Amino acid sequence: MTMNRRTLLGAAAALPALGGLPFRSARAQAANTIRIGVLNDQSGTYRDLSGPGSTQAVELAVKESGITQRGVTVEVVQADHQNRPDVGSTVVRQWIDRDGIDVVVDVPTSSVALAVNTLVREKNKVFLNSGAATSDLTGAQCSPNTVHWTYDTYMLANSTGGAMVRAGGKSWFFITADYAFGHALERDTGNFVKAQGGEVLGAVRTPFPGTTDFSSYLQQAQRSRAQVIGLANAGGDTINSIKQAAEFRITRGGRVKLAGLLVFITDVNSLGLEVAQGLVLSETFYWDLNDKTRAFTQRLGAMPGNIKPSMVQAGCYGSVLHYLKAAGDMGVAAAKASGVEAVNRMKAMPTSDDAFGDGTIRADGRKIHPCYLFEVKAPSESRGAWDYYKLLGTTAGDQAFRPVADGGCALVRS
Amino acid sequence: MIENLLFELEMAAPQVILGLVNGAFYALLSLGLAIIFGMLNVINFAHGAQFMMGAFVAWMLLAWAGIPYWGALVLAPLIVGAFGVVIERTMIARLYKLDHLYGLLLTFGLALIIEGVFRNGFGSSGLPYAPPAAFNALNIDIPIMFLPGYRVWVVIASFLVCLATWLVIEKTKIGAYLRAATERPELVQAFGVNVPRMMTLTYGAGVALAAFAGVLAAPIYSVNPAMGANFIITVFAVVVIGGMGSIMGSVVTGFGLGLIEGLARVVYPEASATVVFVIMAIVLLTRPAGLFGRG
Repeated sequence: MTMNRRTLLGAAAALPALGGLPFRSARAQAANTIRIGVLNDQSGTYRDLSGPGSTQAVELAVKESGITQRGVTVEVVQADHQNRPDVGSTVVRQWIDRDGIDVVVDVPTSSVALAVNTLVREKNKVFLNSGAATSDLTGAQCSPNTVHWTYDTYMLANSTGGAMVRAGGKSWFFITADYAFGHALERDTGNFVKAQGGEVLGAVRTPFPGTTDFSSYLQQAQRSRAQVIGLANAGGDTINSIKQAAEFRITRGGRVKLAGLLVFITDVNSLGLEVAQGLVLSETFYWDLNDKTRAFTQRLGAMPGNIKPSMVQAGCYGSVLHYLKAAGDMGVAAAKASGVEAVNRMKAMPTSDDAFGDGTIRADGRKIHPCYLFEVKAPSESRGAWDYYKLLGTTAGDQAFRPVADGGCALVRS
Repeated sequence: MIENLLFELEMAAPQVILGLVNGAFYALLSLGLAIIFGMLNVINFAHGAQFMMGAFVAWMLLAWAGIPYWGALVLAPLIVGAFGVVIERTMIARLYKLDHLYGLLLTFGLALIIEGVFRNGFGSSGLPYAPPAAFNALNIDIPIMFLPGYRVWVVIASFLVCLATWLVIEKTKIGAYLRAATERPELVQAFGVNVPRMMTLTYGAGVALAAFAGVLAAPIYSVNPAMGANFIITVFAVVVIGGMGSIMGSVVTGFGLGLIEGLARVVYPEASATVVFVIMAIVLLTRPAGLFGRG
């Protein structure tokens, strides 16, 4: 009886710790083995849009790169950073120091991404970021070891914010998740609105994670008399904000508009079309965009939780595919020896994949591809499961992201 | 000056009402915790997970069986309460004679397992659950704010359930047995009362209260596996402030802290998540047994 209890207690105490640990520990020594660590949210609000689906996308990239047919072994491991910078840093440190990981992939949650960005640079490995939003990754905190693949706060401000301003939304109030990502999104969108002759009337910072009731904040935003309420948050926060805005009829009469600055397809699925219809949002990948994206989605197969891939998961695919091409091109040993050299090679080669089409990687680490402005369909317009978006417009890659000179990236100046 | 004050009042009034809505959830959840702790001496860390199960069962009843909100409001607490009874019989009952810590660890482990199972099955983004249209009749639409009828209903329902629970425990014969069994279980057993069965049903009732709160929450929040974990830490602070095991204490502090949190959201939003814990620290320093606790 005592033994049973001890076992049970040990298991209970070990459970939370397990989440932050990498799943393997033995360090193989083979020089022609590339080790990829997928670090993201496996248990919290960003799990569906990144999580195990990102790992599945990375595994598809490994398979389709063809590098394994040339005698190179690629190992993929995953871990949960629980949206906490300290957990993320610990995992990456162990991965690199103990497990010989060469590439860290995904890392949503900007605060964690910025911590990992510094660490990977220190260790001269490669950081392929898909999930994080902050434009600081290719701006003030840019690194020669980092490629920021999928999207960023500047792009969202430019695309969604731009569409709102053009539609007459000149005065803004922000509901901002109180951490690096929310601040960056609020800043980039605010700058954009002001540059277009609009004004920012105020902002409210909501604790992250842990805020579930946004009705107070929505009412404050409504009282500011702003024409647009900008939601500088993501995942569960955005879902609850939009759901409660509908409940409190914040947008009735059409005087106030809601701008979901970062809305993923998994959020739309969770909201349901009844609530989400009419929402304008920006993504760089949509599974039903064209024949290539549909083929990619098909090849990816059934995803965990039966979802369609998000742009973050597609970005994990695209970035790893391109890295493996570069590594194959320059030789695995050279790619493993220097993260900077591997990233330089990635920047020197044009990119091409089914999820994002053709593109390039800029000197500051910014991946360049088109950005799409979508509107969420009404339930009557949707022809089936996951048929959620209609395309409103496309911003070309060279227009979609912040001009390379404006980011303040030291790599560009030198 | 007076105009300024009026403006401030106008700003604060809607927040106070919204705070009451959150307070309603705190009160219901901390009430269940207080009952379980008071009678069983178990700190039920699985309470958040059981709250979440209530919301999920409501969703399943609607999506899979076509049973609407009103049916779920009755059925979901019964189903999740029955689940609680099984847990109590098979696991928690073995821990009564041990230190609180064992019950806490067991229920914490259970919470992680339950959340993990739901996350694997339903993902983390959550599921939609629309509030019944009937509540639109309760909508309060005045110049300073629009309050959805459903939120009015949440406050009313929560208040009534809290009141009923308090009446049962303080004013009925069953309640008297329960209170007696808490103090001297052997003596009560000697009078022919089946104390272990009473404990089981008490745990089931506490869990059912959590599930009831979950059904109330389903139309407001996204129905997702983490919805309970978001609440539970605050709710524990509420229980500690109210006084561990105090029924009245948990209800009054639940509504009260909801109000204070609501005001913090206007005055200094960044601190709205911490204000409850600051109050908890102050209360523990000045009245270690809590505001309504004895001893």
